[in-house]
This record gives sequence, structure tokens and C-alpha cells, in this order.
Amino acid sequence: MDLNAIYTELIAEHSKSKHNKRHLMDPTVVLKGKNPSCGDEITLEVKLKDGIIEEASFTGIGCAISQASTSLMIDLVQGQTVEQAQKLIDTFLGMIKREIKDEAALEILDEAIALKNISNMPARVKCAVLSWHTLESAIKKQG
Amino acid sequence: MSNKYRSDFPLLQNEMNGKPLVYLDNGATTQKPLAVMQAVADYYGRFNANPHRGAYDLSVKATEIYEHARKRAKTFIHAEHGYEIVFTKNATESLNLIAYSYGMTFIEAGDEIVITVAEHHSNLVPWQQVAKTKGAVLKYIYLDADGKIPDAEIENKITDKAKIVAVTHVSNVLGIVNPIEKIIAKAHSVGAVVVVDGSQSVPHLKVDVQALDVDFLVFSGHKMLSPMGIGVLYGKEALLDKMPPFLCGGDMIDYVDEQETTFAPLPAKFEAGTQNVGGAAGLTAAINYIEKVGFAAIESIEKDLVEYAVPKLQALPYIELYGCNDLSVKTGVITFNVKDVHPHDVASILDADGVAIRAGHHCAQPLMKYLQVNATCRASFYFYNTREDVDRFLASLQRVRGVLGYGS
Repeated sequence: MDLNAIYTELIAEHSKSKHNKRHLMDPTVVLKGKNPSCGDEITLEVKLKDGIIEEASFTGIGCAISQASTSLMIDLVQGQTVEQAQKLIDTFLGMIKREIKDEAALEILDEAIALKNISNMPARVKCAVLSWHTLESAIKKQG
Repeated sequence: MSNKYRSDFPLLQNEMNGKPLVYLDNGATTQKPLAVMQAVADYYGRFNANPHRGAYDLSVKATEIYEHARKRAKTFIHAEHGYEIVFTKNATESLNLIAYSYGMTFIEAGDEIVITVAEHHSNLVPWQQVAKTKGAVLKYIYLDADGKIPDAEIENKITDKAKIVAVTHVSNVLGIVNPIEKIIAKAHSVGAVVVVDGSQSVPHLKVDVQALDVDFLVFSGHKMLSPMGIGVLYGKEALLDKMPPFLCGGDMIDYVDEQETTFAPLPAKFEAGTQNVGGAAGLTAAINYIEKVGFAAIESIEKDLVEYAVPKLQALPYIELYGCNDLSVKTGVITFNVKDVHPHDVASILDADGVAIRAGHHCAQPLMKYLQVNATCRASFYFYNTREDVDRFLASLQRVRGVLGYGS
């Protein structure tokens, strides 16, 4: 197993970066995501207006992979429509589950492609997908 | 330093991620010696039949193998009678059996069930269910800063209202041996029944149920060289006798009429359905192996590894240790965190170096909250581990922060 392919500089940086780790002034939906077996626990805050994710942030604790994945996701979905966000979620989950073979299709994930190699570490997949599932639930919750 | 037992364990000869395996997750499950695998293969290859039933030679042999395992388990923990040994699938099932059969029958509203904050979920959640269902109070014994149970907690928490005191002999997180003699004495002085979870003690130190005067003792075979799926419940005859069956079905009855059933005597009353005879054959071989090694050797090897590793860990400024202040009460379990790094990342990085440790909450979430941590890393030894294993573990650990982009 090549650790450098997993703990890339980008992931190490994002896992420590605080720029998305904060509270929003006026979130429209706040949702907890948990991996009870390992203790990853994030709370996602989203400001969703007129079908657009105007702002998102998170708080909580977890491993480098869950924290970096959350931060990368927030960078990606801010300013996007709900439909675009759902497409990003589907693409990300498809990448981690190795269901998407077409490399070009992954390009919309931008920096989040850095998490692709997690698909080689079955024990850590749930860390990477936690925030994406939480966002999906948050969007559905607001309806 | 070589270790003469390692060659008996085929799996320890393997690699993990291209590196010779260093297996330090013995608190979760141990590896199995060839003798245990051969005993299981031998049972299925030569003696497999449904015990207690068939009137033919094979079934008689299968019954003998199964009942011989009971005798070995009896002498292993020094029980008075073989029928005080009930086979289950593991310690979890044993604890559920006690909670559902004894707890749900004899606990009443206002009674107190006393446990410690360091219990594994398997000795916590069943009691929580009993307390909720019966309107009883679930009370916690807390630990001091070293992770030990203070005498005052035993004195103050176990009162006349206590009906059950359920404690782990050794914490699966801290590896600290609890003062169960004191707890049992206090519990008996107020008329409470004591349940001891021996999952982390029975494989590592000599446990004598008569000397301890414990009412119930449970343990899992797979944490002491046996196959998964065989566990033990020891209970004093007088208690097991008055308890209703837990699971009902074949082999636990004497007579069944349309509306009434007479239950079989101990231990069959608690062993409904076809049992894990292959697992029992493995348990016999495991007990034989452990007794051949001897608890004196097991304790001294584990003590050496802990006393070798802990000072080296203490010398690393970014390592936080839990429950390591008094090594005199410790078994081979070291729980720690690496500053700034989540335990799962630590475990993944060690994994890449071929070192297997546990990361997470160790099925002890209330203890994690009490220690004010989200999760921890745990390295746990058995007698086949060596100082080389510790060196490999330490070398990998010193790489962890660098991988995540921290300086030293």
C-alpha cells in the first residue's frame, strides 16, 4: 500500500485547514453525519436558497480522510444548484465505489479527485463518503 | 529475542501489505495455533455427528468430545461442577443470557444494577435494557485519574439496593486489572450477585472461580486461541438452577406436551439446539496449549513487553498514554493517541508497515466520554509477541506525524 497515494499533501492540508470549519450565520439545514464504528462525527451546515447552495460549513471530529473529504466537498458545492450538487455527490460516490470507469467523467470533482485512491482501502471508504451522504440527506431534508 | 511459540502459529508467518506481520490486536481476537486448527479438522474429519442424539458410535464420540471440552473448561477456571459450565457462542451471548434470564426474572423496580464506566458494551447495554424494562437503576462506578477503581467508589456505589454488580475483570481499553476481590466481597455483603466479564482476563491470567467466589464468569474462546463461535458462561449451580431458560428448543427439554414442557437439568437447559462441537474441540486444544505455555510464562512475557514499550512511548512527546501510570496492575494492553492525528489514520499508516493495531472506541463509548477522547489506538499483546514486534510498532509510530505533514 502506498501511503503517499492516500495521504497526499492536498489531503493532509485539507484535513487541517479550518476555512470550512465554522458555523454559518443563518443555515437553513443542519444535519449530523456519523460513523458510529469509528467515531467520525460531523455536523454539516447548509444555507440553501432558491435551489442554490449559497454557503456550507462543518464542525465535528474525525480522521484526516473524513475531515479532508468534507472540506473538499464544501469547496466544491458552494454556489452550485441542488441538481449540480447531486451530480457531484453521485460522481464522487461512483468514483469511490469504482463504478465510474470514464476518467473524464471525474473531472467535475476537481480537487476531490485526490480521494480516488481511497477506493483501494476498503477499511477507510466510509470515512471518505460520510460528508457526501450527509449532504445528500441534508438536501433531501430541506426538500 | 526469539519466541519459541511463534512457529506454532501459521498466520504469524504471513505478510501484511508486503511486510512481515506484526499482530498487536490480541484484545480483539488472538491467532490460532496449528494444534487448535488440527483439533477442529480432526473433529470434522473423523467424529462429526450430532451429539446427545444418535444411538450410533459417531454420535457417541461427538458427545464425548463436546463433554470433554466442558470438563477442560471446568478445570481451567477451577469450577466445582462440570454442569456449571454452559457453552455459548461468546462472552456477549453469555452476558445476554445472564441479563435476560436472571436479570429480567429477579430484578424489580427500584433495585440497583451496578457496573463500571469501563465496561465493554456487551456488559453495559444488556443491563441498560434490564434496568429500562424493570424500572431499575443503572449505577456507575467511576475510575480515578490512573484508570483504577478507588475503594471509595466500591464502598459508596454498592449499597443495600444493589441486586447485581457486573464488572469486567480487566478493561479492554486500559488493560488494568480491577480489584474484583474487593468488589465481590462488598457485593456479597449486601446480598448482590456478581457477574465478572473475564474476556480480557481469562486468556492472560489464572482465574479461579471458587477462590474468587464469583457468581457468574463469562469469556470468549476466540480471545484465547480458540475458533470464533465458542464461549463460556460459568454460573454457580444454585443460581443457574433457579433461572428460566434463555433459548428454547431441542436438547434443552425432558418432556414436551402440547401445553407444557419440563426442562432438562443443567447445563442442557441453557444449550438449546445443535451446539458448536467443532468449536468445543478447538477450545479443548486451546486450553491444552495455554496450560502448556503456563500462566507464569504468559504473564511474564506480556509484562516484559509492556515494561519495554511504555517508557519508549512516554519518551515520545506527541504520544498520549491512557492508564499507564501504574504498570503493576496492567496486562498487555496499551492505549494511546498520537497528537493531532486521528486513531484511524494512525492505524492505516501502521497497516502500511505491516503492523495491526485497533483504532476506535473499542466498544466502550461511555469510557471514551469519561476519558474525554473521541477514540484511541490500542496495541494489545499475547505471549507470541516479541520485543521485535514492539520495535517495529514504535518505528512505524514515529512515521505517523510525518505522513500527515507535521514536523516531528
